[in-house]
Amino acid sequence: MQATSTAFKENAAGALVDAQLQKALTKMKAGFIDKRAKAAAELPEFEALRDQAKAIKDHTLEHLDLYLERWESKVTASGGRVHWCPTAEDARARVLEICRAAGARTVTKGKSMIGEEIAINDHLEANGIEPIETDLGEYIIQLRHEPPSHIIAPAVHLTKEQVAEDFRRAHTALPGDRQLEEPIQLVTEARAMLRERFLAADVGITGANFLVAETGSSVIVTNEGNGDMTQLLPRVHIVLASIEKVVPTLEDLATILRVLARSATGQEFSSYTTLSTGPRRPGDIDGPDEYHVIVLDNGRSAMLGSEFQEMLRCIRCGACMNHCPVYHAVGGHAYGWVYPGPMGSVLTPALIGIDKAAHLPNASTFCGRCEAVCPMRIPLPKMMRHWREKEFERHLSPPTVRVGLGFWSFFARRPWLYHRLTALQARVMGRLGRGRGGFSKLPLAGGWTEYREMPVPQGRTFQDLWAERRGERAQGARAQGARAQGARG
Amino acid sequence: MSGRDEILGRLRRSLKRGDGAAAAAVDERLQGRRRNLVPARAKQEPAALVDLFEEKVKAVQGTVRRISGLDGVPAAVADHLKAHNLPPKICIAPAPDLEGLAWSQAAPLLDVRAGAPAADDLVGVARAAAGVAETGTLMLLSGPTGPSTLNFLPDDHIVVLRAEEIVGAYEDGWDLLRQRYGVGEMPRTMNFVTGPSRTGDIEQTIINGAHGPRRLHVLLVDPAVSE
Repeated sequence: MQATSTAFKENAAGALVDAQLQKALTKMKAGFIDKRAKAAAELPEFEALRDQAKAIKDHTLEHLDLYLERWESKVTASGGRVHWCPTAEDARARVLEICRAAGARTVTKGKSMIGEEIAINDHLEANGIEPIETDLGEYIIQLRHEPPSHIIAPAVHLTKEQVAEDFRRAHTALPGDRQLEEPIQLVTEARAMLRERFLAADVGITGANFLVAETGSSVIVTNEGNGDMTQLLPRVHIVLASIEKVVPTLEDLATILRVLARSATGQEFSSYTTLSTGPRRPGDIDGPDEYHVIVLDNGRSAMLGSEFQEMLRCIRCGACMNHCPVYHAVGGHAYGWVYPGPMGSVLTPALIGIDKAAHLPNASTFCGRCEAVCPMRIPLPKMMRHWREKEFERHLSPPTVRVGLGFWSFFARRPWLYHRLTALQARVMGRLGRGRGGFSKLPLAGGWTEYREMPVPQGRTFQDLWAERRGERAQGARAQGARAQGARG
Repeated sequence: MSGRDEILGRLRRSLKRGDGAAAAAVDERLQGRRRNLVPARAKQEPAALVDLFEEKVKAVQGTVRRISGLDGVPAAVADHLKAHNLPPKICIAPAPDLEGLAWSQAAPLLDVRAGAPAADDLVGVARAAAGVAETGTLMLLSGPTGPSTLNFLPDDHIVVLRAEEIVGAYEDGWDLLRQRYGVGEMPRTMNFVTGPSRTGDIEQTIINGAHGPRRLHVLLVDPAVSE
């Protein structure tokens, strides 16, 4: 998809006044946070499992080339095929090739963020093959021609009334006066519509939450079961994966699975966790005849060995955005590309370039909740700071910011001057503001005073008070020392 | 240059890959297959695990009925159909445990077919390889006696499991796979099933039966139970 991350500020401003979106976001906030907290509290070993999950991924990333080779040889031995794709374009071409060879007219799809990243739907459509999203959230946004706004809840930005409207528009063969007020009616209708598509599809495309080196398996974790019907019913199964999805053993997979659903939806385990290995075996009653895995790089190998390597631990649970005050305020579309929220603010600049995504690492209050809940303990605020440094180094930040920071650094390096100046400023503002609570307008601080008042400084500066406190404490300590001396003597 | 060489070459450069020590570490880990931390709740006496399994299945809106022997399966299935007002027609997995049952005696009006389900089959009866107590998770394997579509197409997913097949942790399930297929080998499809199909995609309202089964019913064969 075309990135609009450069327009983050405009996107965010629009999102803040979008009444439907704000209604949907209000519903979203509490749900995810409470559920995760409850799931974490119910498993005493949860924090220790997070440590181990992090260690597993760290080890794997340090040996990524070797694990990918081991994984590939197992896939090949089980009759599957691996397609190595350095770029999104390579991946699109490979998928189309496989679909054409299968004579595909329709393709069902399970939810895949890699699919979004390489914009596979548009490519298939442009080449006369119809892609059908089968995850309910993805199906809804496909009807609306929108990208997902959340990595595990793609339609979280919509209200049920909007979905009902879309269904009335799209499902024209159904009676116009049918009831569509409740979520269950909407789910039932989508289920019926998609059933036929599952059965008719020639190729099924799913994502992969993990690849297991020990067995050559790909793993999907879902609640609806759509990913399973997608891969079992058509003749050909294509898996869209990226290089960092690999884990060494089934034991390592189990550990990470224990933190995944709890962090994502607050479930102890998702309804369906499926390990797929190669095509159907002789004697099997069902399953696909062909099994292909697309393994995408698209900029990830350059993150390895850099200050962004830790981002490759991400298992796409969505906990960071579920807990992010900025995401809660503006929703996922404002971020302008495939991955929203804190994880997107770190990953997007790495994949599409900081020049196209410089606003994203700035869209953070650095409150630290994302890092606190990340099951893989990814230091997201630290990495957003790295991006801000890079943005500054490459002169991508606006002139006002650069000049402001220039002034700041001049004074910050001269503490005595800084001290005098702030003391003077506090005195002057204190006098000017005498008799009123705050300033509603200040030169050079319009961005602040437009939304709230600047309080009038009261008395002395923090530095003054601190120096005084320290003096008192030092005196106190001396006095105590003298008493102790006296007692000993 | 092939895509493979390009990607692996970049990775090796980024990681500054040198001698064979790294390869030895990788092989050691793959062959060691060491368990990481396993939650205490998964390490209990067998009877406690059976109870935990039942509790966890119910916690995700599955239902469990304990019966004393496999021969009680047909009647229990018939009861389920009656309770939910379902037509007397089922598709069963062609597993010896299920095919060998006296269906026509216990449930004479029931139309029983073994194999993969058709699109209009409303009720499927599958045979699980194991139950994982820590989260109430069923392990189902594909093969000549286990069509995987049976776990997803029918509205009602009835699964037969013996109490002695209940293990504590997912890792115990892996051991079972290694015993059955060999180390590093897998069936084409291994399904972990925890409750019925569900979605929260519309305003986070949890609805069962999104695409897969609307109901999950476990028939737990437990000789210790008195009917």
